[in-house]
Amino acid sequence: MAQLKCENLSLGYDGTEILSGLSFEVNRGDYLCIVGENGSGKTTLMKTILGLRQPLSGKVVFGDGLKKNSIGYLPQQTDVQKDFPASVWEIVLSGCQGGMGLRPFYNKEDKKLALENIEKMRLSDLKKRCYRELSGGQQQRVLLARALCATGDILLLDEPVAGLDPKVTAEMYEIISSLNRDYNTTIIMISHDIQAALRYAGKILHIGDRVFFGTKEEYLESEASQSFGKGGA
Amino acid sequence: MAEIITKVTTYLSYPFVQYALIVGVLIALCSSLLGVTLVLKRFSFIGDGLSHVAFGAMAIAAVLKLTNNMPLVLVITIICAVLLLRTGQNTKIKGDASIAMISVGALALGYLLMHVFEPSNNLSGDVCSTLFGSTSILTLSQLDVWLCIILSIIVVAVFILFYNKIFAVTFDENFARATGTRAGLYNLLIAVVIAVIIVLAMNLVGSLLISALVIFPALSAMRIFKSFKSVTICSAVLSVVCSLAGILISVACETPVGSTIVAVDIIVFFVFMILGKILTFKK
Ligand SMILES: Nc1ncnc2c1ncn2[C@@H]1O[C@H](COP(=O)(O)OP(=O)(O)OP(=O)(O)O)[C@@H](O)[C@H]1O
Ligand SMILES: [Mg+2]
Repeated sequence: MAQLKCENLSLGYDGTEILSGLSFEVNRGDYLCIVGENGSGKTTLMKTILGLRQPLSGKVVFGDGLKKNSIGYLPQQTDVQKDFPASVWEIVLSGCQGGMGLRPFYNKEDKKLALENIEKMRLSDLKKRCYRELSGGQQQRVLLARALCATGDILLLDEPVAGLDPKVTAEMYEIISSLNRDYNTTIIMISHDIQAALRYAGKILHIGDRVFFGTKEEYLESEASQSFGKGGA
Repeated sequence: MAEIITKVTTYLSYPFVQYALIVGVLIALCSSLLGVTLVLKRFSFIGDGLSHVAFGAMAIAAVLKLTNNMPLVLVITIICAVLLLRTGQNTKIKGDASIAMISVGALALGYLLMHVFEPSNNLSGDVCSTLFGSTSILTLSQLDVWLCIILSIIVVAVFILFYNKIFAVTFDENFARATGTRAGLYNLLIAVVIAVIIVLAMNLVGSLLISALVIFPALSAMRIFKSFKSVTICSAVLSVVCSLAGILISVACETPVGSTIVAVDIIVFFVFMILGKILTFKK
């Protein structure tokens, strides 16, 4: 059974539809890349999957043992205010929160998990530092480490490399694909970087005027890629 | 100088001054705890809004000639807090606008009510003391003190128990929600705790000055400390120290309690601001 299944979703704000009739499914270990123009509804789709918004119609079904609180999420922009005093350690640890239920304090396992993920993201030296004093790329890695604390099952990443320099971008992609490869973590990533999408992802979901869902090989032959993807290739 | 010290020590032997100190310290502690959260959620003014609501509620209690107005005031304030913090997140009327609406509305209606029904002859005195806190802290009964102690213990306990969840929800509500934390529930909890704190703190500094008590310690601590935990601890300590100093000074110099405490808070804020500048400069 699929880990995540979207059936005939239609999305929109205040009754105006921006996307309709969207169906696709994601299996354990998949690497799905969502592409499409600005404003085509990628972030909205992700928020709907996460249950932050309700779809206008259709539904999102979780399967294969996936639970609501075992989804990791890296938002496009965090609403985190610039002046929030929080250390890297506090933020990464807060990723464990979802699985805690009513338990008030973090236990040893939570802390161990947070430490592991800090190491995985190569943040060990920055552990005590203040989040707001980090560079964009470092902040992004902190948020990814936090997302990893929430789950090892499935990660939803909304433009994880936006604003990063080429070197850090490549690193970030490497990290993400190693999570997918080595830990069998399902990845759903929104990206404008079609080259990278084609390089790392197994499946592509293109949304916009034309909707496409399939493997990247199929995508290259499809029409949807003609207008958008190959432009820069 | 020696004169002032003897004056303070004599005052300290009076039970009403001791009560004032106990209550003052507890209220300062409680109000600083959620300060960081409120400042970061851009809700600095919620203290003002809610305290005006509490003022309106007190007016109603006075009109109804209730002897103990605390329960009514508490209930009305909690309801408003819940409404305010709930509408604050995703709706069309933004947090600050809805707070402004409720706050001035409650203030106007409260004053109007008191005026129309004239529950006491000394109207302007009454209003002034509800707004600025006046001397009521020095006239606390033993019952008030106990109520305050119990409520403070509850507030502190709730804060400690839910500290990690409050952090998660304040830092990034969407992430918390997306990964299965019941953000709505904790926002509700924050709202209720705030309301209790506001009603408590009205005794100390009056409704116009509450925001100062809530936000100054947090803002001062944020000048220097960089992690949520250290900011929270520092602002709690600052708040307690400032209000102790404020109460003692006001007893010694016969100044109004509330404004003296806030004045001390302001001085500390500037000290921390300068310290913060120096520290970043050194790096
Ligand atoms: N809160 C909102 N209220 C109303 N409309 C919204 C809201 N958020 C987004 N929209 C609209 O929905 C559409 C899709 O937005 P969305 O953020 O999902 O786009 P996106 O594909 O993520 O774009 P980008 O590539 O720029 O991130 C846009 O036309 C946008 O104007
Ligand atoms: Mg987007």
